[in-house]
Amino acid sequence: MVAAVIEAGGELSTVLYVVAFSLFILGLMRGTHPTTAKKGNLMAAAGMALAVITTLLLDGVGNWGVIAGGLAVGTAVGVIASIRVQMTEMPQMVALYNGVGGGAVALIAWSEFRHGVGLGEEFPLDEFIPVLFAAVIGSVSFWGSNVAFAKLQDLIPTRPMAVPGQQVLNALLLIGVVVACVVLATSDDPSEGIFIAVLVAAALLGNLVVLPIGGADMPVVISLLNAATGLSAAAAGFALDNVALIVAGTLVGSSGTILTMEMATAMNRSVANILFAGFGGAPARATGGGEERPHTSIGAQDAAIKLAYADSVVIVPGYGLAVAQAQHAVKEMGDELEKRGVSVNYAIHPVAGRMPGHMNVLLAEADVPYEKLREMEDINSELPRTDVAVVIGANDVTNPAAKNDPDSPIAGMPIIEVSEAQQVIVIKRSMSPGFAGIDNDLFYLPNTDMLFADAKQAAAEIAGEIGNL
Amino acid sequence: MDLVTEFAIFVLAAFVGFAVISKVPTTLHTPLMSQTNAIHGIVMLGGLIVAGFAHGALELTLAFIAIAFGAINIVGGFMVTDRMLGMFVKKPRKDKDSA
Repeated sequence: MVAAVIEAGGELSTVLYVVAFSLFILGLMRGTHPTTAKKGNLMAAAGMALAVITTLLLDGVGNWGVIAGGLAVGTAVGVIASIRVQMTEMPQMVALYNGVGGGAVALIAWSEFRHGVGLGEEFPLDEFIPVLFAAVIGSVSFWGSNVAFAKLQDLIPTRPMAVPGQQVLNALLLIGVVVACVVLATSDDPSEGIFIAVLVAAALLGNLVVLPIGGADMPVVISLLNAATGLSAAAAGFALDNVALIVAGTLVGSSGTILTMEMATAMNRSVANILFAGFGGAPARATGGGEERPHTSIGAQDAAIKLAYADSVVIVPGYGLAVAQAQHAVKEMGDELEKRGVSVNYAIHPVAGRMPGHMNVLLAEADVPYEKLREMEDINSELPRTDVAVVIGANDVTNPAAKNDPDSPIAGMPIIEVSEAQQVIVIKRSMSPGFAGIDNDLFYLPNTDMLFADAKQAAAEIAGEIGNL
Repeated sequence: MDLVTEFAIFVLAAFVGFAVISKVPTTLHTPLMSQTNAIHGIVMLGGLIVAGFAHGALELTLAFIAIAFGAINIVGGFMVTDRMLGMFVKKPRKDKDSA
């Protein structure tokens, strides 16, 4: 073992921390390609192990019972949860991990507050302000992430929930939090009661900001909260004079911000619009109430025939595929078609599923080759030459209204233009609208057939029928 | 370390984050989000440090929960990222036809 004790803030600990965060950066850089990403993740994990060991060896670190207990409990929970989680449940798992990270930041800020005030001297502002920032953002992130988790896990309704005057209430809470922080920072003897009130108000704010946001927008929210937790960790680093926390937290803050903006762009909306407009809260327009529009529906056998005699097929997966765990059945269907010489590709919308890349992960799990997963811009140019497009559990991302109807709530959102294909088969459980709460014109087109079934069952049946042809 | 140095480190790290991440393809966004999520688990170091000067039941409890939360964030975060990325690794083709 190295020296039993390393000086906090000394040369050795700083060098080890620099090595640790270099590993984080190298790990993230390798994340840019699917074949190196796994190694990159291991490098980042190794960096984390080094950072933790370094910290354990710092002078002044003690209360080993608490440390060992916390590490044991946290590791056990983390291991069990990550082994048990289904690939389809990844978004809520990330939300949950993000939440506990934010919670840790808030609790550390509280400890640091008690420590700083308890020393009896004046709490230096360059530590106090970061502590307050970490407390507020950590608490918002903890509660916001938990609400996001609950929505994605269907523990609470995914539809937007808002109370009247919500924006005003949020603004008042935010002002209250800022004022309380200023009071604390300028006080000679900061009160712990006010500090706890700040934590509680921030918790309320976290709940109230996320509750009105619809399920479809949750990925953007989680990404934003991820960035926020990163920044709050950096703030904790300022308070504790810890360079590893500052660098790692800031890396996550800036990368999370980019990711959030990219997701918002993919949905053709601004981040502010997602946070405050309560999309889907735009009352589901009085569709369906009026006349019943005609659509055609077919069975698995007819669908199999259409597919088997096509030259080219494009499969468009959506969240319905994830919910039904249909990735393996769909891959089997694709295999049957390829055996007959049909060219099969998969069109992946950037926000298909509930997270960017969600579909890629699921289909990769089912062994669909990476090259067959085609991005939206790429596949759209080929769709007019495609014989059959099969939409499986996707809805809003295929709605031609986004292109044709300037009044539609999703107007301008980039879509996969399946309506351009010669024929369209939509596998869906019912005619019900998607997250955006609007009717999909695609379903009523003359070249569209609806196959009402669970995605997994339907794909398995079609695969079987093709095999029998 | 003085505040100005820390601030300089903060700004540089922010630029590194922007530069590295803007190259990641959309297909890897979920694992990427999960990996950055695991990295902010580094806040557990803060829990280890405050445990050192914790006195009394409240402070010990705060440190305990903070460390446990941080460990869940780190261990769970890296493990699920690994599982997801494992899906992208080319697996040797199994002969399914023999079944």
